[in-house]
Amino acid sequence: MEVLKIATAGSVDDGKSTLIGRLLYDTKSLTSDKIEAIDRVSKKNGLDYLDFSLATDGLVAEREQGITIDVAHIYFSTPKKSYIIADTPGHIEYTRNMVTGASTSQTSIILIDARKGVIEQTYRHFFINNLLRIKEVIVAVNKMDLVNYSEEVFNEIVQDFEELRAKSDFKDQKITFIPVSALWGENIAEKSTAMPWYNGQTILEHLEALKAEDFEEQSQARFSVQTVIRPKTDEFHDYRGYAGKISGNSFRIGDEITVLPSLTTSTIKDIQFFTESFNEAPAGSSVTISLADDINVARGDMLVKSNEVPQETKVLDAMVCWMDNKALVPGTKYVLQHNTNGILAKIDKVEGHVDTNFGAEEEVSSLSLNDIGSVKIKLSKPIFADSYHDNRANGRFILVDTLTNTTAGVGFIK
Amino acid sequence: MSSILNQNTLESEAIYIFREVVAQFENPVLLFSGGKDSITLVRLAQKAFYPAKIPFPLMHIDTGHNFPETIEFRNRLVKELGLNLIVRRVQDDIDKGISIEEKGKYSSRNSLQTNTLLNAIEEFKFDACIGGARRDEEKARAKERIFSVRNDFGEWDEKNQRPEVFDMLNGRIDIGQNVRVFPISNWTELDVWSYIESENIDIPSIYFAHDREIFERDGLIWTASEYVYKEDHETTQTKRVRFRTVGDITCTAAVESDADTVQKIIQEVRDSAISERGARIDDKRSEAAMETRKQQGYF
Repeated sequence: MEVLKIATAGSVDDGKSTLIGRLLYDTKSLTSDKIEAIDRVSKKNGLDYLDFSLATDGLVAEREQGITIDVAHIYFSTPKKSYIIADTPGHIEYTRNMVTGASTSQTSIILIDARKGVIEQTYRHFFINNLLRIKEVIVAVNKMDLVNYSEEVFNEIVQDFEELRAKSDFKDQKITFIPVSALWGENIAEKSTAMPWYNGQTILEHLEALKAEDFEEQSQARFSVQTVIRPKTDEFHDYRGYAGKISGNSFRIGDEITVLPSLTTSTIKDIQFFTESFNEAPAGSSVTISLADDINVARGDMLVKSNEVPQETKVLDAMVCWMDNKALVPGTKYVLQHNTNGILAKIDKVEGHVDTNFGAEEEVSSLSLNDIGSVKIKLSKPIFADSYHDNRANGRFILVDTLTNTTAGVGFIK
Repeated sequence: MSSILNQNTLESEAIYIFREVVAQFENPVLLFSGGKDSITLVRLAQKAFYPAKIPFPLMHIDTGHNFPETIEFRNRLVKELGLNLIVRRVQDDIDKGISIEEKGKYSSRNSLQTNTLLNAIEEFKFDACIGGARRDEEKARAKERIFSVRNDFGEWDEKNQRPEVFDMLNGRIDIGQNVRVFPISNWTELDVWSYIESENIDIPSIYFAHDREIFERDGLIWTASEYVYKEDHETTQTKRVRFRTVGDITCTAAVESDADTVQKIIQEVRDSAISERGARIDDKRSEAAMETRKQQGYF
């Protein structure tokens, strides 16, 4: 079945949890034991309606404080699609969680409280969507019931958001504005009768209509080798296959390829998935590739088409989102994980910190937890990288702390 | 030869995860319960490394309170695929005095599995334990990473988890730590059943409707068995039932069902009014039962 991954960001006050709970309820994804539990707690809290926000928050601390701390994954499905929501907190101190949630998503829902309009938090969510190059964005103007379902209020918010969009350099992005009331289920799965002036799709209709082509990245094919498969059995005595996941455009049998970093060349002899062979395999498929020549290929190497070799570099300019309590300062060393390749890296310079309100970069000498900024990094060995804008998979990396082993930051190559 | 591979996103992601495990760890193991999720993992592992054999052993933490059908199935699968199976028994730890058996009406060996699992991880020095837990099962599991780091006491520090961005899995750990790996994190119960159908995967017979001697307690259907504590006034009867999850016999309740084919089960899951773990007695102990057990090292 088709899978669609959605990121949501926001606080309980925006009605984000209510919106998700409503999507689950309206698609009949909440089972009776869960609805009973929600009903029980809603009544206990003195409400005379079902508090759908109770359907989402997971950890004990989150339920106690009524906030979302970590990324939670929520699942629902329609006969057409399986949906996965990465639900993240919207506060500035959880920027890293927003980036994490958005990193695995194809589309995102930005929630705006109709009473408050475009606020600082909206800027941040939109900025992160742009940083990650999320192509399809839904702006849900929520709590329309509290502004008398006013078309005027909605139009003003759309206009404010358009001004924000003008600051973005991501021109291919598609933004869809939908007025909703999550609490009363208006324009979530069912068309609102309270807003006859709105002729567009409901949130669910919009999600259902999105096609794989809407998210597809047109970029050069890359194949990062995860592991080498050598059965050494009688039947497959000389077999040697390279296991990995394709990104960018497809690979085909007969493609002339170059192995990086050795720059040796060969031809694709076979593309296998389990017991079958295929002429062609698209982005996202985990396949095993065999080459016509017996050359040396190992984990961390990358296969590319010979006429599409990316730039070799020992210095990276990147936007980094910092995720560790220990600040990022020049001179420190990290393991830079680029695809399946881990290289020792040194932070050469922190060039600036960006405010998520699309303002100018501010000069700083370090990045703290949840900061986003420009960083220059020196590598112990050259890598073959793309810019994130050109090739998402080959234009990103994580920085791993060599002492604690934690994932300290994520980078987007400029 | 088919021309273009029509990939299944969830399957491709799971295969990618299996390959990362083998590349990043020295001594992985697949935790095998005999349930549909771990059986699905075995199929995915086969696909990930074909034509090579699955390059790690399976381990069953055996409570001794099993459905006999599950054990038969396990042994057959291991033989057919030529897999290496390790079994560690809760009973052995009880005999050694390391674990103490629960007593009374709701007694179960479910929580004792944690002890036996942690001891086995130490014994074999496993650095990655692959399991079939899914995020849709339970709210604490919804917060799990795909690579979830545990300290040398097996504890889960849920408030301080490593960020997991894109598909980049960071398996770097210190000696003594281990990583729990969940390749089907993003699958739902329905996804698993659809996969079982499309791949024609064999599963234990207790998933299908059958006649069984049961008794009812707290609105749940319990199996009448020497392992399940039953009070004298609780009378047994024969009913047509099936199991939605397969765990220890003392903590897995049945559901009334006529679904005797995978197709009928899928229809039943689609129409189902109660969640999968709604029939897990171990989750009913408290609102945060799973979170508490996970912190202590449970799967």
